[in-house]
Amino acid sequence: MSDTTFAPSYGPVAIPVRELLPWAIFAGLMLMLMIYFVGAEEGATSLIRGTMVHEFVHDGRHLLGFPCH
Amino acid sequence: MVGKLLLRGMLVGLVAGILAFAFARVYGEPQVDKAIAFEEQQAQAAGEAPEPEMVSRATQAGIGLATGVLVYGAALGGLFSLVFAYAYGRLGSLGPRGTSALLALLGFLAVIVVPSLKYPANPPAVGNPETIAYRTELFFIMIAVSIAAMVAAVGLAQRLWTRLGAWNASIVAGLAFLVVFALVKAALPDINEVPENFSATVLWQFRVASLGIQLVLWAVVGLGFGAVAERVVAARDQRGPARRYA
Repeated sequence: MSDTTFAPSYGPVAIPVRELLPWAIFAGLMLMLMIYFVGAEEGATSLIRGTMVHEFVHDGRHLLGFPCH
Repeated sequence: MVGKLLLRGMLVGLVAGILAFAFARVYGEPQVDKAIAFEEQQAQAAGEAPEPEMVSRATQAGIGLATGVLVYGAALGGLFSLVFAYAYGRLGSLGPRGTSALLALLGFLAVIVVPSLKYPANPPAVGNPETIAYRTELFFIMIAVSIAAMVAAVGLAQRLWTRLGAWNASIVAGLAFLVVFALVKAALPDINEVPENFSATVLWQFRVASLGIQLVLWAVVGLGFGAVAERVVAARDQRGPARRYA
């Protein structure tokens, strides 16, 4: 008889990759888009015309370490 | 499970963002103001017309800064929770708080400290607008390479774990990471666009403040997320009598 029944391990249980992958892809993309808007939009590349986003988050962009202008 | 972790990660990131905003107001903004004063003085000396202010300085330093830092904090917390969801249970027997703290430490080094040693944060007035695309590209390449090197180093440490023991395996992996960093640092071009007579003190204090803001963000996320994640993962982990994590 195996003694695993009497001494089960209670260590951390990993989340299966199959369960994680859809979250990682969709949420990961959305979150990186958020960082893009704070860090790089209307700097090196631009999705929206003008410089309002850039000017609005200007100080944050500098202080968070992104190249600004 | 992952959704619960993600929501909590973003909330912890939001809290981290609020604290980082307070830090940025106190230690960062004075340096930004000094840099802008220098910029205006230079423009005036060169006889250029002052740039039209599209967004007032008060807005930029207030609600603008808050928006930037809070959005960044929430996104950082969310991404952090996804990395945690993968790493948890895959880093030896480390519990949720330990996993979170270790990930934050390694993440702070790989995403912030190491890239900033090559391409540090710059205040206004530093940087040629014509090279913004080039500088942005190099900045993100440096971060990507640094993250890849860190992931590889963690993999190496795990591989050497049983043969060398945890301590020595980590030292070897750390050295391997440093060698990769030294090579990449030498291979990528240097950028120095600091104007001749820009104050060294302002530049130094701006960069320290910038690093401090990131330290606040990562420390709060690393320590805070571990605490909230513990409740989420405990339900799954503990199928027997309650047990404390290592």
